[in-house]
Formats: sequence, C-alpha cells, structure tokens
Amino acid sequence: MSDHATTQMKYGAKAKTLKSYMTGLTLSLIFTFSAFAVIGKHLLSVPASYITITALAVAQLFAQVICFLRMNVSREGNWNTMPFIFTFIVVGVLVGGSLWIMYNLDVNMM
Amino acid sequence: MTSTTLDHHHDHQAHSDSIDVFGFWIYIMTDCVLFATLFAAFAVLHVDNAAGPTLKQIIHLPYVLGETMFLLASSFTYGLAMLGVYKQSRARAVFWLIVTFCLGLSFVVMEVREFMHLYADGNSWHISAALSSFFTLVGTHGTHVSFGLIWMALMIGQLLKYGTSPSVNRRLTYLGLFWHFLDIVWIFVFTIVYLMGVI
Repeated sequence: MSDHATTQMKYGAKAKTLKSYMTGLTLSLIFTFSAFAVIGKHLLSVPASYITITALAVAQLFAQVICFLRMNVSREGNWNTMPFIFTFIVVGVLVGGSLWIMYNLDVNMM
Repeated sequence: MTSTTLDHHHDHQAHSDSIDVFGFWIYIMTDCVLFATLFAAFAVLHVDNAAGPTLKQIIHLPYVLGETMFLLASSFTYGLAMLGVYKQSRARAVFWLIVTFCLGLSFVVMEVREFMHLYADGNSWHISAALSSFFTLVGTHGTHVSFGLIWMALMIGQLLKYGTSPSVNRRLTYLGLFWHFLDIVWIFVFTIVYLMGVI
C-alpha cells in the first residue's frame, strides 16, 4: 500500500511515463522547428506567418501541458484543470483588454 | 490493526500532500498572470523604439533556437529524473537532475551573453520603451530559471543526504511543476518576442 502510494505520487495528474515524455518531446521539437522554419526561411506571407506561429505555440502549449504536466479532466484532475481554465480567462482579459484599450488610445491620440 | 492505522495515517499524509501540491499549482497560476502582464506591456510597447534599434535588428534567430533547445531538453530530462524518483532510484534521479541543471545553466549563460552583447552595443534597457519591455519580459523569465537552478542544486543535495523520502519527493514534484511551467512560458517568449519580432 505504502509502496504503491509513494511510487505513483500523481497529485491529480495522470501517471508520468517514459512514453508520455517521449511523445511530449517529439511533438515540441516538431512544433518548434516548424515555427522557426516558417519565420527563418520566409515560407509564408506576413499575415499567414502570424497565424501559423500562434497556432504552433498553442499546439505546443497543449502538448507540454498534457504530456509533461499530465493535466487531465478526470474527477481528481479537475482540481488542477479548473484553476488552469480560470487563469486562461484572466490572462485573456488582461492581455486582450490591455491591447484593446491601448489601441483605442493610440488611434484617438493621433 | 497496526497496519490499518498506518495505512490510514499514510492516506492522510498522501491527501495532505496532494492539497499542498494543489496550493503550489495555484502559485504557478498566479505566476502565469505575472507573465501575462509583462507580455501585455511588451505587446503594447514593442514598436516604440525611439532613437534605438528596432527589435528586428537585434534578434539573431539561430541563437534563440539554441536557447530553446537547451530549455526543452532540460524539461525532458527533468521528467527522466522524476521517473528515477518513482522507481526509488536515487542514482538515476541525481544523474538526470545534474544533466537538467547543466542544460538549464547553459540556457541562462546563453541569455546572459545575449544581454551583455546587447548592452555592450549600447542597446540597453534605458534606450527605448521597446527595449525596456524586452529586457523586463525576457529577464524576468531568465530570473525564474536562475532561481529554479538554485532550487535544483538544493534538491540534488537533499536527495544525496536523505534519499527518495516522501518529503523530498513532494518538493521534487513542486520543482517539476515550476520547471515545466518555465518551459511553457518560454514557448510564448520565443514566439511573441523573437519570431514575431523578426516578421
């Protein structure tokens, strides 16, 4: 019993395995190299570049959160996921709101 | 009888540990908000380069790719260290923690060199709002990584002294959350600051 509990140590995260770390590393490498290639070699137009590297960053965020941090939506995992979603919303309001306000100020001060 | 009492005690311990880890997770989330404010400031100010250079002129992409690889590799090797901890193998855990420490240190050294280079060229933080926000955002991340390294050195010492005891394991779980979190923040630093900076 005691051995079982100490070797698992999940704390609401899914069990960490070598396979999950390898998957996370492979996906992160693919996303990172794609992003640097798109910008470094000017593969896409300017608007398409912005959209692509943002998508790649978000994809890598999820790859690392799921494969490295092992976040999940199980009953126990929800305790970690809920603050994460809440933080996502706060960050969205903070960054989106700041840019919106500053853009408006910029336009109106011209 | 004794065994049930012990089990009960152990369950209680595991339960309070998981609440502690949840508390640390909340701290990580507040750190997310700190970085979000710095990202917002950077997003607003990155074009205000006054008399100084534009960010495009000071960014060297292959160098940043090198830093990224060091940090990503260190996040992965930290995972290998934790697998060693789960297997209760102190030697494996310490070995991979030392590898992680070296990779993290390489990242910090590269970043400090980048900053020193910029400073030597006269592009320091007081030149323009763009450079101020650049140094604040990237520097805050680098400071976090540096504190993570100090913490990691202490944990290597604790592992050597106490072995894989439950309290050492719990602290390593905290450090793991912190370390993976810093790599996740770096994804956005290299995307928003460096890659978007050179478009």
